Amino acid sequence: MKRSSLFIAQLLFTLLVCAFMLVPVLMSLVAGLTRNYFQGVSSGLTFDWIAQVWQAYSPTVWLSLQLAVACAVCVCVIGVPAAYALVRMNNRFSRAFEELMVLPVAMPGLASALALLLTYGQFGSFRSSWLFILVGHVLFTLPFLVRPVMAVMQRQHLPTLEEAAASLGAGPLRRFFSVVVPNCRAGILAGVLMVVTLSLGEFNLTWMLHTPMTKTLPVGLADSYASARLEVASAYTLIFLLMIVPLLVALQAISARLSRGEQR
Amino acid sequence: MSSTVLKAHNVAAGGLLKRRLRPTAAWALAPAAAVLAAFWLLPLAHLIVLGGQQRDGAGSGYWQVLSSPQYLGSLAQTCVLAAVVTLAALLVGGITGVFLARQRFFGRTTLVALLTFPLAFPGVVVGFLVILLAGRQGLFAMLGLKLAGERWVFAYSLAGLFLGYLYFSIPRVILTIMAACESLDRSLEEAAHSLGAGHWRVVCDVIIPGLAPALVSCGAICFATSMGAFGTAFTLGTQLNVTPVAIYNVFTNYANFTVAAALSVVLGALTWAVLLLARRMVKQSRTVL
Repeated sequence: MKRSSLFIAQLLFTLLVCAFMLVPVLMSLVAGLTRNYFQGVSSGLTFDWIAQVWQAYSPTVWLSLQLAVACAVCVCVIGVPAAYALVRMNNRFSRAFEELMVLPVAMPGLASALALLLTYGQFGSFRSSWLFILVGHVLFTLPFLVRPVMAVMQRQHLPTLEEAAASLGAGPLRRFFSVVVPNCRAGILAGVLMVVTLSLGEFNLTWMLHTPMTKTLPVGLADSYASARLEVASAYTLIFLLMIVPLLVALQAISARLSRGEQR
Repeated sequence: MSSTVLKAHNVAAGGLLKRRLRPTAAWALAPAAAVLAAFWLLPLAHLIVLGGQQRDGAGSGYWQVLSSPQYLGSLAQTCVLAAVVTLAALLVGGITGVFLARQRFFGRTTLVALLTFPLAFPGVVVGFLVILLAGRQGLFAMLGLKLAGERWVFAYSLAGLFLGYLYFSIPRVILTIMAACESLDRSLEEAAHSLGAGHWRVVCDVIIPGLAPALVSCGAICFATSMGAFGTAFTLGTQLNVTPVAIYNVFTNYANFTVAAALSVVLGALTWAVLLLARRMVKQSRTVL
């Protein structure tokens, strides 16, 4: 197949961009496994750094996982009904509400965290528990679930299906759980994966909201970047990437399936 | 065919259905509304009020921010940096996005997947990646040592920050542009070509206007993220004079809540104004948040 020179130029440019995105990630992977980064890979490969990181920072990994799961549950519980309501109402009020919901994402995370801290910071036991961070994460991730769920709901012929269920005598709750929720499973799944991924990596809010007893993975990462040696920091990043990349792969597979459904 | 029937059916049943379902729908919104009101609107209102409070006879927080060359300078620097990053990301991501959406070749899907992974990297990790690229022991330092006999180190300056912001903006632009390209009418380009327009004419007069809504809304999101990005700046060094770092320093080092609140409100208002402006310019588009 003959390709024009323009194609070659564009391909080279794209590969260059790809290199910019990937080379530092690969460097970090290599650095995390190298015995001495300054001597290079010739000094030998080792898992020592990862073991060392695990010893020092494993609580942050568990706390982050706990937060991510709790955040996904909370966002589902409040987000799926909200998406349903927004699709169903579709008036000026619902559009204003949608705007409001996206604001915590658009606003600088530091500002939101500061507002939370200055308002609820004096409640000592709430402030020092992991629930304080959870609140921030729920605010930040809510639109990322509501949006895909709304998109799926708008595509399905929900009013017709619901009307059928209603004519058969199903009440509102029954209709919601047996008609609405099963019909937008794919959207919910995509949203949940996104929420978990974002919650695992959230830093801007978490850094302000955390206490020494509630350190999450990204907070630990910032800690190690500031104080630990390069190999340790890299090994820690490696652990983080190992947690997050499978989620992203699953997310891409689901969104590919969703967009195929859109074309049908 | 069947979808038309369903649509007609929906329209016919719409009035009746809406009346019957609306109260239930409003109840479903209640939990989300309660959470947003308690943990977002209330704290935000508190923050706005706090920024207006007087302290030590130095005037309200807003006045202290707006009359201090240091804070104004940091705000201006943050805005300029975010704008430059946005333009660069739109250029780089635009070229790559159009290319990936239009061409089919071996390895394309893998390339798209690899390019979109960094979208979910947190700012701290991006900061560390910039250090690996351009820090004291980074790739560029080694390269400079080999080529010019001196280490090229620019990670801990505005250039490093620019690189980091560019890093997390590019995937977002690529995804949005690729989605927008799908809905672009190719026959317009073919018509332009057949009328004798060269490649550049087609790009400037057909493709860019067609992509304009996506470019504007995605640019606004990139700008907003760059304005508020704290993690990257935090990793690269707290002496960088960008507003999120300034807020952090004022809050933790001087415990000056009034000025910290005022600075946050000003930064948030600036970001919001840009998003609103973009919304005014484009009514409808699909943006990747």
